[in-house]
Amino acid sequence: MHHPGTNNKVYKKINDNFEWSSENFKKISEIIKKYPSNRIQSAVIPLLDLAQRQNNGWLSKNSMEKVAETLSMSYIRVLEVATFYSMFNLEPIGKNFVQICRTTPCWLRGSDKLSKVAQEVCETNIGETSDDEIFTVVEVECLGACCNAPMVQINDDYYEDLDEESFKKILQDLKDNKSIKVGSQIGRKSSQPERKFDA
Amino acid sequence: MLKEKDKIFKNLYGFDDWKLEGAKKRGIWSNTKELIKMGSEKIVEEIKNSQLRGRGGAGFPAGLKWSFMPKDSGKDHYLVVNADESEPGTCKDREIMRNDPHLLLEGCLVAAFAMHAHTCYIYIRGEYYSESSNLQKAIDEAYANNLIGKNACGTGWDFDIYLHRGAGAYICGEETALLESLEGKKGQPRLKPPFPAGAGLYGCPTTVTNVETVAVSPTILRRGSKWFADLGSANNTGTKIFSISGHVNNPCNVEEEMGIPLKELIEKHAGGVIGGWENLLAVIPGGASVPLLPKSICDTVKMDFDSLKEVQSGLGTAAVIVMNKSTDIVEAIARLSHFYKHESCGQCTPCREGTGWMYRMMEKMVHGNVKHQDIDKILDVTKQIEGHTICALGDAAAWPIQGLFRHFRPEIEKRIQERNRRVA
Repeated sequence: MHHPGTNNKVYKKINDNFEWSSENFKKISEIIKKYPSNRIQSAVIPLLDLAQRQNNGWLSKNSMEKVAETLSMSYIRVLEVATFYSMFNLEPIGKNFVQICRTTPCWLRGSDKLSKVAQEVCETNIGETSDDEIFTVVEVECLGACCNAPMVQINDDYYEDLDEESFKKILQDLKDNKSIKVGSQIGRKSSQPERKFDA
Repeated sequence: MLKEKDKIFKNLYGFDDWKLEGAKKRGIWSNTKELIKMGSEKIVEEIKNSQLRGRGGAGFPAGLKWSFMPKDSGKDHYLVVNADESEPGTCKDREIMRNDPHLLLEGCLVAAFAMHAHTCYIYIRGEYYSESSNLQKAIDEAYANNLIGKNACGTGWDFDIYLHRGAGAYICGEETALLESLEGKKGQPRLKPPFPAGAGLYGCPTTVTNVETVAVSPTILRRGSKWFADLGSANNTGTKIFSISGHVNNPCNVEEEMGIPLKELIEKHAGGVIGGWENLLAVIPGGASVPLLPKSICDTVKMDFDSLKEVQSGLGTAAVIVMNKSTDIVEAIARLSHFYKHESCGQCTPCREGTGWMYRMMEKMVHGNVKHQDIDKILDVTKQIEGHTICALGDAAAWPIQGLFRHFRPEIEKRIQERNRRVA
C-alpha cells in the first residue's frame, strides 16, 4: 500500500530552495539546547519535523540537506532517518493529510467503512492525493486511540468515535473550508465509559 | 472493584483541570520534598516492597530495575520515560499525559532522584501531538514554579525534563531502539548486553521505563508500599489502567485492581460484550503481541501477569481487545501480522523476512487458500522467528499466530475444506 511516509525515494520533480524561516531558526537553537552540546545529532527528528512543517508537509532533498548542514551531519545519515520513520513524507501531500487507522481494534469497529467513505468524498484512492490537492488519504497502523475507535488523524489532530456519517461530514466540511470539531465525535471528553458521561 | 479512594489516577478522563493548579488540588507536588528526603536507597526499597511490576508490557519488577543503576559511575545518569505508546489496543499513557501530566512529572523527579539522574527525557510518539503540547505546557509550569530545574522542589537536586517527540515507529517502544532514536539514528534495537543501566543513552547509565510505572511511584511512596502491595495478589500488586476496546458497548480506559476477573472488567466497566457475554468469541488480553484467549478461558481468567501466563497468554500492556462472534478471527490476526510486517525494523533476517512471509500466508488463510500442511509450516516458522531476533518484535509477531492456531485451528481447516470443495 502506498504511503508518502514509507516511500524510500527522494522526490526529484520539485527542486525548491530551502532556507529556514527566521521563526524556525530561533526554534532550532531552543531545540538543540535540550541535548548535550556534543550530541546535537539527537535533534535530527525534531528538526526534520520542523522542516516538514515549513515545507507544506513533506521533505524535499534540499530541506533534508539543510537539516544535515544545520546539525553538521552527513546527508545520508539524515536521509536514513527520514526514510525510517513513517511520519516523514518524502513526496508532496495534499492540504489535508487523512490517515485512517486500519489495525485490528479500529477494524473491529468499522475502519473499513471509513476507508470507503474517504475514497468517495475525497475522490481519490488510498495512498493517493486528490486532483485538487485538498486531500491525501492513507491507511496507517495503530495510532494509539483504540478506546475511541474507529479514528482518523487529519494533519495534527485526532478525530475519534467516528462512524460513516460523522466522517463524511468532517471530510465534506474540510472540502467546503468549514471549521471542524477535533476529538470525539459523539461528545466524549476522552475515553471514559459513556454511561458515566451521561450521569 | 477498586474503591474510589484507592485510585491513583484521579483525573484519568480529564473532567478536572489538568494544569498545575488542578494537579495541586489532587495532592500532586504536595510533599515531594519529603519524598526525596527519604533518600534514594529508601525510595528504591519502597518500590521493591510494593512489588510494582513495569507497566510497559514485560512486567519486570520496577524496584529491581531501578536498583541496577550504578551508584558512582562518574558519568551522567539518565532517566528515559517511554511514552512511545503504540502497541495496538493500548491507549492508557495517552490519557495520563493529556489529562494528568503533573502526575508523570512528579514521578520523573522521584524516579530520577532514586537512580541518581539529573536529566530525564520523555520520548513521546510523534502522532500524539495534542498530548505532547499538554505535557510541554505542564513542564513549563513545573519549571516556572521551581518544581523542576535548579534545586527542584527545594531539595537541592538539579533536575531537567525534556520532551522529545518521535516520528512514527512502533519499534521505538523497544528500549534500546528508543535510545538509538533519541540519539538521532534509525530506531533499530541494540544487542544486549551491555544493558542500558550500564551503557544506555550516549553510553551513560540509563533506565528506560514506562509512563504508567513512573506516574504511580509518588503515590506508592506517599501511601506506603504496604498499601500498594495489599491491592491485587502477591507478585501482581496494585492498580492498573486497562484499555478495553473492540466489540464492547462502552470502550474505555479504566483503573482497576490487578487480578480483576476479565468478565467482571468487561461487564462492569465496558458495558459488556456487544450482543451479550454468550456472543463472545475471543479476547486479546494484553495488546496485540499476546496470544488470544477463547471464550471458555475468558469466562474465568483473572487479569494479572501470572494468571494470564498460566493460560499461555500475557498481561502485556493490559489492553483488552474484545471480539464477538461477528468477527472474522483469521482476518483479525492477519491484520496484526500486517502490522508487524510494517513495523519490523529490518535488522534481523528472521523478523524482516518472516513477518512478511507470515502476513502473506495469513492473508491466504483468511480465504482458505492454502494446503492443510501449511498450518504446520506457518507454526514451524513462528517457532523459528521466536527467540532468534535481537528484540522481542519477532516474538510479538509470532505469538498472535500461535494463539490463533492453538484455539481456532478447526476454523481454518474448515475454510481450507470449503475452498477445496468450491474449486473442485
